[in-house]
Amino acid sequence: MTQPYRLSAGGRIDRARTLTFSFDGKRYTGHPGDTLASALLANGVHLVGRSFKYHRPRGILTAGGEEPNALVGVGRDDAHFTPNLRATQVELYDGLTSESQNRAPSLERDYGAINDVFWRFFPAGFYYKTFMWPRKAWTKFFEPRIREMAGLGRSPQTPDAARYAQRFAHCDVLVVGAGPAGLAAALAAAKTGARVILCDEQSEAGGSLLAEPDAQIDGLPAAEWLKTALAQLAAYPQVKLLTRTTAFGYFPHNMIGLAQALTDHEGERSDAQPRGRLWQVRAKRVVIAAGAIERPLVFPDNDRPGIMLAEAARIYLERYGVLPGRRALIFTAHDGAYRTALALHRAGCAIAGIVDLRPNAGGPWVAAAQKAGLAIYPASTIATTDGRLRITGATIKPIAGGSGQRVSCDTLLMSGGFTPSVHLFSQSRGKLVFDATLDAFLPGAPAEACSVAGSAAGVPSLAEVLASGAEAGAAAAGGSAVSYQVTNAPVAQGGFIGAVPYHGDPGSVRAFLDYQNDVTAKDIALAMREGMKSVEHVKRFTTNGMATDQGKLSNMNALGIMSPVLGKPVPAIGTTTFRMPYTPVPFGYFAGYARGELFEPERRTAIHSWAEAQGAVFEDVSLWKRARYFPRGSEDMHKAVARECRAVRNGVGIFDASTLGKIEVVGPDAAEFLNRMYINAWTKLQPGKLRYGILLREDGFVIDDGVIGRITDTRFHVTTTTGGAARVLTMMEDYLQTEFPELNVWLTSTTEQYAVIAVQGPMARKVVAPLITGADISAEALPHMSMVECKIAGVPARLFRVSFTGELGFEINVPADYGRAVWEALMASGKPYDITPYGTETMHVLRAEKGYIIVGQETDGTVTPDDVGYAGMIGKAKPDFVGKRALARKAFAEQTNRKQLVGLLTDDPTLVLDEGAHIVADPAQPKPMTMLGHITSSYWSETLGRSVALALLRDGRARTGEQLYVPLATGNARVSVVAPVFYDPEGTRLNG
Amino acid sequence: MLLIPCPYCGNRPEIEFAYGGEAHVVRAADPRKEDDAAWTEFLYFRKNPRGDHAERWRHAFGCGRFFNVKRNTYTDHIEASYRIGETLP
Amino acid sequence: MDNLAETTSLSRLFALSGQAGDRRCRPVTGGARFSLRVKQASLGAAGEALGLDLTGPINRAVSSGQRTALRLGPDEWLLLLAEADAASVAASLAQRLTDGLYSLADISHRQTGIALEGAAVTDLLNGGCPLDFDLAAFPVGMATRTIFFKAEIVLWRQDTARFHMEVWRSFAPYVWSLLANVGREYAD
Repeated sequence: MTQPYRLSAGGRIDRARTLTFSFDGKRYTGHPGDTLASALLANGVHLVGRSFKYHRPRGILTAGGEEPNALVGVGRDDAHFTPNLRATQVELYDGLTSESQNRAPSLERDYGAINDVFWRFFPAGFYYKTFMWPRKAWTKFFEPRIREMAGLGRSPQTPDAARYAQRFAHCDVLVVGAGPAGLAAALAAAKTGARVILCDEQSEAGGSLLAEPDAQIDGLPAAEWLKTALAQLAAYPQVKLLTRTTAFGYFPHNMIGLAQALTDHEGERSDAQPRGRLWQVRAKRVVIAAGAIERPLVFPDNDRPGIMLAEAARIYLERYGVLPGRRALIFTAHDGAYRTALALHRAGCAIAGIVDLRPNAGGPWVAAAQKAGLAIYPASTIATTDGRLRITGATIKPIAGGSGQRVSCDTLLMSGGFTPSVHLFSQSRGKLVFDATLDAFLPGAPAEACSVAGSAAGVPSLAEVLASGAEAGAAAAGGSAVSYQVTNAPVAQGGFIGAVPYHGDPGSVRAFLDYQNDVTAKDIALAMREGMKSVEHVKRFTTNGMATDQGKLSNMNALGIMSPVLGKPVPAIGTTTFRMPYTPVPFGYFAGYARGELFEPERRTAIHSWAEAQGAVFEDVSLWKRARYFPRGSEDMHKAVARECRAVRNGVGIFDASTLGKIEVVGPDAAEFLNRMYINAWTKLQPGKLRYGILLREDGFVIDDGVIGRITDTRFHVTTTTGGAARVLTMMEDYLQTEFPELNVWLTSTTEQYAVIAVQGPMARKVVAPLITGADISAEALPHMSMVECKIAGVPARLFRVSFTGELGFEINVPADYGRAVWEALMASGKPYDITPYGTETMHVLRAEKGYIIVGQETDGTVTPDDVGYAGMIGKAKPDFVGKRALARKAFAEQTNRKQLVGLLTDDPTLVLDEGAHIVADPAQPKPMTMLGHITSSYWSETLGRSVALALLRDGRARTGEQLYVPLATGNARVSVVAPVFYDPEGTRLNG
Repeated sequence: MLLIPCPYCGNRPEIEFAYGGEAHVVRAADPRKEDDAAWTEFLYFRKNPRGDHAERWRHAFGCGRFFNVKRNTYTDHIEASYRIGETLP
Repeated sequence: MDNLAETTSLSRLFALSGQAGDRRCRPVTGGARFSLRVKQASLGAAGEALGLDLTGPINRAVSSGQRTALRLGPDEWLLLLAEADAASVAASLAQRLTDGLYSLADISHRQTGIALEGAAVTDLLNGGCPLDFDLAAFPVGMATRTIFFKAEIVLWRQDTARFHMEVWRSFAPYVWSLLANVGREYAD
């Protein structure tokens, strides 16, 4: 028999179509319009999970996003699997595959349930006190066991196959929640012509109207009115209705995060269209119409499968045509449960009785129940329940005391009243105000441009809900509200917070408060005995409200328990912070498009495609891809680099330096500006000349370097490090705009304007010269550190005579679109000289042989120009430059043993030291040893046939000639301190 | 995400901006005349208030200008934004 | 070899050559671009030199014939010109602004253009650009520097459903791929 609990008529499901789905491997059927929860209930399945700590059997408790128990994993395979979904929000589709969580081997027989037998040993805070000893047992035993036992669903092990979309949006009015209040608000706002976004987490708009068979609005049955309202909204082009869309976070300045599920309900989705979309909505005004959440009652054993919230049961009945059971006992402090009892009674479910905590409940709903002949137990409580995998009965006792009466039932429906959903309002940092008559925190003064309408604001009746929505919508858009006529919707009242009186040894009962984290009323009491007085401390000690449902069901009851113990009214205790997300949002929504090659820009030079075709191996340098070396045949990096180094030293090499940062500094005060920024003097640098510049931060430490060319009196071509390009430009703009606004100079990034090709080696001029027109590049006309504007292969170029290798060299700047063509022209021109492309690794080796520093390698943000031996470059006559005053501080001037750049040569010429390794005087000294410095660069030098290293060493220059040690994993290496230049110290090769 | 009023471009989303630290920390016109204590204060010491704060932002992905904002660090409420060289309103 | 330099006229290789994109997007190849910085006092003279009124508000475009100036900041304009016009613009500015209180930097090759057109084009842009493209907030003729995902761009609205985007060349493939990726969600 299929779906034995499905009624033959009623609800918003499509009985003409049957869907098949599986839960824990067992197949069931349902209908379009079902959620996984409603379909399971239609099949009589209540047991859907095991609790987090005690592994107690748990059933479906709610019909919405507040569900703490029915957490399931859904997905046809690992790549489409999502754990921890609330079955109450999973829309049913044909072929849906789902599984329960936190149980082994099965829901019915779960080994972890042993925890429930020994529950006395796991009180609140037990993990702060246990597993402390022996220390080693933590990693070997306790942690693996706990990890196995704890947690919720399983994480998929394969990458998520789905795509995720993102979208920025703006509107005049964002309405959160498309129940009656939200609809009225959206209609009122839309009428003014405002741009409106209306979102709702459910599959269809309507909220409570989707389970409203009785009320009439403006003479129409609620469901009909809903249709017309949606039709009206759809007719406005500037209104966007987003269903399956949860407003999960309220961010500053009215930015709301929405998570819109796009294809989850469509079944085995193709991955072509995105699964979901993250919206970042900037709204001028926000109307929060998020409704209210029914509270459970806290009584002993209130967590057996079959125990459900009363309003949830009514929703399953009215919206899905499902009976929660055959014989229901009602336990309530609110009139709404009477309405549920009456509806179930009409639908053929036996009502075992209505147990009401209140002594003299009255009003229309109570009267109707009495008239229908339902048994009512006023001023009574439930002392216990029975049943293992499903409730089988409960014991009713008068609050005043006396003997209990056991009533059998297969369902227990409870209501402690409603908690307004103030989460978003609270996230927006709006103040909450406690309303003693409603026993609820209500929105008070807002902190953002927002208002709250409907049940979220504690408004009780449908008529008032519509009115408050219309008013809020009109106010948000500057319009006027319409009024709605509502009939046949009697108000339901009542409520209770805290633990109900239950007559029994408080130490031996478990009345659950936070179902998802297994927190009981007793745990709250224990926390207070342990001295936790603040609600925030109680929360952390007990973990109440810290599960994925964030205490939607438990927070108010916790306060209700604390209040009498502390002797303080609830508002004096306060409430914990409401945090985003309102309901969990899959990580994919936040990642969005930013996966794989779209994660971040991969910057490629104009010459990249050539290097790629040559089989270059690339490395990441900031966002750039740079060719690291160009292996030939079966060469490894070591062999390739050795060959490239030989080519540059003996013949000619060609290198793509396009990634170097470039800044065009233009204006009458350009030289003065550079004087103030760089340590060097620029005034006397002649047009056509280059100078190596060092840039400090204001604290005196080296932050960047680069060659700077003077094109004309008023125009400089500044280069920076690859990684420093943006930072240096920002720093220069900062000084220019805020400290030196009187200077007439402007900065333009030209990094990408030019492709930069370095041609280096004794044969460099022979390769370059034939391609040049408009300039003489002979040694006499264009000496080292000079530049000329000319044409190369017909393309305009800024030709720099400069070297980062120690050889005769040129750096050729050409407009980037021509970069590859000029490169190929140089390759052709260099063919007779066996021109060899080289990569960044060879560049590093060649410059290290010359002792040229790399900012970020020889410097680490604590290195001064003098530390690296560049003090001589400081423009002594300059009154000021960035960092000058800091270097003049006494603390610097008097410091004697600063780390200084030196060269190191190992005794064993084949040993290449580890970069980062420390240097000590005596490797036999007791640990911790006195560190004298560290290796900054270390390479095999093919040119010298031995290893070389650069290091920062305390008082290093004075130690030249000393022998020190570098402790390595392989033993202690003895090294000699030498000057930091290993090759051609006189620099004669530069002038070739 | 904050909505920051650029004095040149109007309200723009925070991701177009870069934070620039405390405002009105003036670099002395002639640093040589500052003693070590004053220069150390200038280099390293900044306010970190809970409440109103005058701070610099740069409309990095916009007009490129640095400017000042008076923002409450607790509520994120922005009371004013003004150009470099102008005084705190 | 000597004649290589004389005879070669190398053709430009554009940043987006050969890469498939969204059907609403088209690479705009060629053209010249300058970053122009001018002091307030010289706006009139610079405008006369260019034949463009530079005194208009920030974040607006002014065009005359093939010449367009996008005012990106209080003293910053992005000039978009025909390639053949580049030299004459530089010369007339130099001639007119004799005090030298301006800066002109050639950035023709620094960035590339992308034209976007179609009914869903603002949805496409809002995939990664946080600005409000309602016509009241971003009217036709508005041009501004902004951000598209993690790339800096300049966006100029040429018509209700037509935009011109400028992006640095090494960021162009990233922007182009994202436009294609986001575009899959939106019909024409």
